[in-house]
Amino acid sequence: MTTTKAFKLVSGIALTAALGMSPALAGPGPDEDQLVINEDIEIVTEAAAPAHMEYVDTIYSGWRFREDDTQVMQMDDFDNPAMIYVDKAIDAWNTVEGAEEKSCASCHGDPESLRGLRAELPKWNADKGEVYTAEMYVNDCRTERMGAEAWGWNGQDMRNMTALISSVSRGLPVNVAIDGPAQETWEKGKEIYYTRFGQLELSCANCHEDNYGNMIRADHLSQGQINGFPTYRLKDANIVSMHNRFRGCIRDTRAETFSVGSPEFVALELYVASRGNGLSVEGPSVRN
Amino acid sequence: MADGVKPRVKVPKSAAAGEVITIKTLISHPMESGQRKDSDGNPIPRSIINRFVCAFNGETVIDITMEPAISTNPYFEFEAKVPEAGEFTFTWYDDDGSVYEDVKAISVG
Repeated sequence: MTTTKAFKLVSGIALTAALGMSPALAGPGPDEDQLVINEDIEIVTEAAAPAHMEYVDTIYSGWRFREDDTQVMQMDDFDNPAMIYVDKAIDAWNTVEGAEEKSCASCHGDPESLRGLRAELPKWNADKGEVYTAEMYVNDCRTERMGAEAWGWNGQDMRNMTALISSVSRGLPVNVAIDGPAQETWEKGKEIYYTRFGQLELSCANCHEDNYGNMIRADHLSQGQINGFPTYRLKDANIVSMHNRFRGCIRDTRAETFSVGSPEFVALELYVASRGNGLSVEGPSVRN
Repeated sequence: MADGVKPRVKVPKSAAAGEVITIKTLISHPMESGQRKDSDGNPIPRSIINRFVCAFNGETVIDITMEPAISTNPYFEFEAKVPEAGEFTFTWYDDDGSVYEDVKAISVG
């Protein structure tokens, strides 16, 4: 199995050389590999940038910026360490909790019933009058329908569950709405994206728009797409939520960061998600 | 027994006689090294899986000693020659005495 995958990765490189394009290993930028998960789910890792993006023509999944060893781990669910946590979420999905004596399954049936949800998140929740992320929907279910305790935004249970919700949408195109009632939040997120923070005075755009493909110290900068979140990071040996990653980035600019789950990060999540409209949902992905 | 331990094994359902197949195994386990301290500064006791054995029809295929530096959720991928139909047994031994087992049958033809 591994041999076949390695061959596919090599053949992608050979193909570009044959076409006279710059070989993937010769310079910065995304490589030319194709992502197919479980030899079944074809993932779009490159697409024309959505119309709202002014400075980028083509969007790439972060998978294209990773090394072959890391890429291969995401091509088979047995090799993807995140699937351990998805398994745990399936157990939680079927566990009755709270005063109403319900589990997720009591209302939703199979996790597959949520297929498509991840592709649209975050989205406007008309009942609540604000933009909702997966974490907010999960906690509303827990507190209002199940009568159970809310999970922490960044808690292990929550990350497992959002990974499960994402996993059933893999392969579907990200399609986040940025107009209508969500527009105000989206504008706020865009402002944060282009604002320089911290002692290093770096905005998201300075790295992920102006310099993707280049190295920042030992890291190969991607476009900072979040279609692969929640993601299994090898350095953490665990699943990482989007907001945790946002916090890490802003901390690295030597700034005081926004909190995980804050309205600022929800807005930023909406804006960054919209920059990936057209890529496939990949989460839970594997990154370094 | 450590929490949330679940063995996973991937073996082809069938093979040709004498074929070399690839086996993948993964067990979810914290693999606490014994080197870390908790938030109060007290050492967290070592709790790892210290041995993994795969056997085919009673014959040992692989026998691995595991040490504290091995990461959480240890994953092993190895090859085995299948001379005949039979059963692969997989056994993991925990520091605390727990033994986790899985069995996969394979047919030949």
